[in-house]
Amino acid sequence: MAIVRGVVLALTLLGVLQGPAAWAQQKSIVVASTTSTENSGLFKHILPIFKTKTGIDVRVVAQGTGQALDTGKRGDADVVFVHDKVKELALVKEGAFVNRNDVMYNDFVVVGPKSDPAKIVGSKDVTAALKAISAAKAPFASRGDKSGTHAAELRLWQAAGVDVASGKGGWYRETGSGMGATLNTASGMNAYALTDRGTWLSFKNRGDLTIVVEGDKRLFNQYGVMLVNPARHSHVKKELGQSFIDWLVSADGQKSIANYKIGGEQLFFPNAGR
Amino acid sequence: MNSLGEAFIAAWQLLAGFDAELAQVVGLSLQVSITAVLIATLIGLPLGATIAVERFRGRQMLIVLLNALMGLPPVVVGLLVYLLLSRAGPLGSLGILFTPQAMIIAQTVLIAPIIAALSRQTIEDAWREYEEQLRSLGARRLTAGMTLIWDTRFSLLTIVLAGFGRAVAEVGAVMIVGGNIDGVTRVMTTTIALETSKGDLPLALGLGIVLISLVVVLNALVAVIREAALRRYG
Repeated sequence: MAIVRGVVLALTLLGVLQGPAAWAQQKSIVVASTTSTENSGLFKHILPIFKTKTGIDVRVVAQGTGQALDTGKRGDADVVFVHDKVKELALVKEGAFVNRNDVMYNDFVVVGPKSDPAKIVGSKDVTAALKAISAAKAPFASRGDKSGTHAAELRLWQAAGVDVASGKGGWYRETGSGMGATLNTASGMNAYALTDRGTWLSFKNRGDLTIVVEGDKRLFNQYGVMLVNPARHSHVKKELGQSFIDWLVSADGQKSIANYKIGGEQLFFPNAGR
Repeated sequence: MNSLGEAFIAAWQLLAGFDAELAQVVGLSLQVSITAVLIATLIGLPLGATIAVERFRGRQMLIVLLNALMGLPPVVVGLLVYLLLSRAGPLGSLGILFTPQAMIIAQTVLIAPIIAALSRQTIEDAWREYEEQLRSLGARRLTAGMTLIWDTRFSLLTIVLAGFGRAVAEVGAVMIVGGNIDGVTRVMTTTIALETSKGDLPLALGLGIVLISLVVVLNALVAVIREAALRRYG
């Protein structure tokens, strides 16, 4: 029975036989958030600080804002931390979430190839730049995944008066995936793309891409946090979740967010209660 | 820029400076996939053996179905298990979405059909060869099935390894039901997907090389055990 003995030994070493109890942890919450906060490394910076203060383990599931809101609505998370204020407020009104707070902001930027076929480099007018991209039929990579960034992008196209449906399959290319994956695609085919600055700063596979449009007020990107309505989902850890929300908007939490920098550049600007 | 070269350097650095975080990710990958393969074997092997030696109505259809299920897309399995385990789903009260248990369930669903279908074929082939002999010894079907499992154990081991390979290599299901939570449900493949989305392609590929190396080492271990067993039992 050498095989059996070998398998049992291997499993014991791996701790499989300890059973599920070993995985259960006492104080933890699940936070559904966006790929931008996770990929930019913000959580890796602030969560250890929060854990030291409170002993609460925050488990982040990073999804697009649309999916994260859905995860919260289904009751599969305790807290959501996303960036689509319009939709967030609508869902609070509907009763899916409570106690929404502004936490921080950063901004979107338009990135594109250095060759700049739409001739928009250095522009501060994002709608004019988008118009130029569509007029030049220059390739544009869109998230196409109902994320917060995708929603913001669609609002900007609308403001620019461009109907992107006509460009689908042509110059307007929906990747249907996360920010990083979309940037990988844009970098591969030298396309323009709208991205949050945080993901861009921490993104490594830039290839020929560079920031072409920034600084327009319409590129403002607000992040908010809210609790899944415990009246709808009784299992929601409301005390622990609320203490995470309270900490994020506290002086200490806000300072921790401001202190997160990549290459000396601040990624997120705290603005809770302002 | 030579990404492949960088990837090998990254892989080497990961292996040489075996850090705690990577060890945890690797450990969880093995823990989840080995548990899943064990459960899937406990389900798939008896099922495969039963279908191999029994004759009943709809058997042929069951075989076709089982063979087809080998091609289950991981992302679909992930979605199904997600909807089952979600708080809004039928098994929501268990509260195990976004835990390793959920990942084990998803991988089990994914590989149990593979183990059942392949072992059915192997055992049936052996059954054809030894049916008369076993019958003349007066063996009942249950005894025959168990004898055949024991007889073909080394082929079955390869099937179990194929199931393990599928489990440890898939990303679609564990990403959805596990949520890729740092330190809780992050495994090798979801880490690779994450590093890819951060644009750190050399690190992502480096992790991929580590994963492949691990699978090779594990298979080598099994081969050694198998050799030893072969020498002992013939």
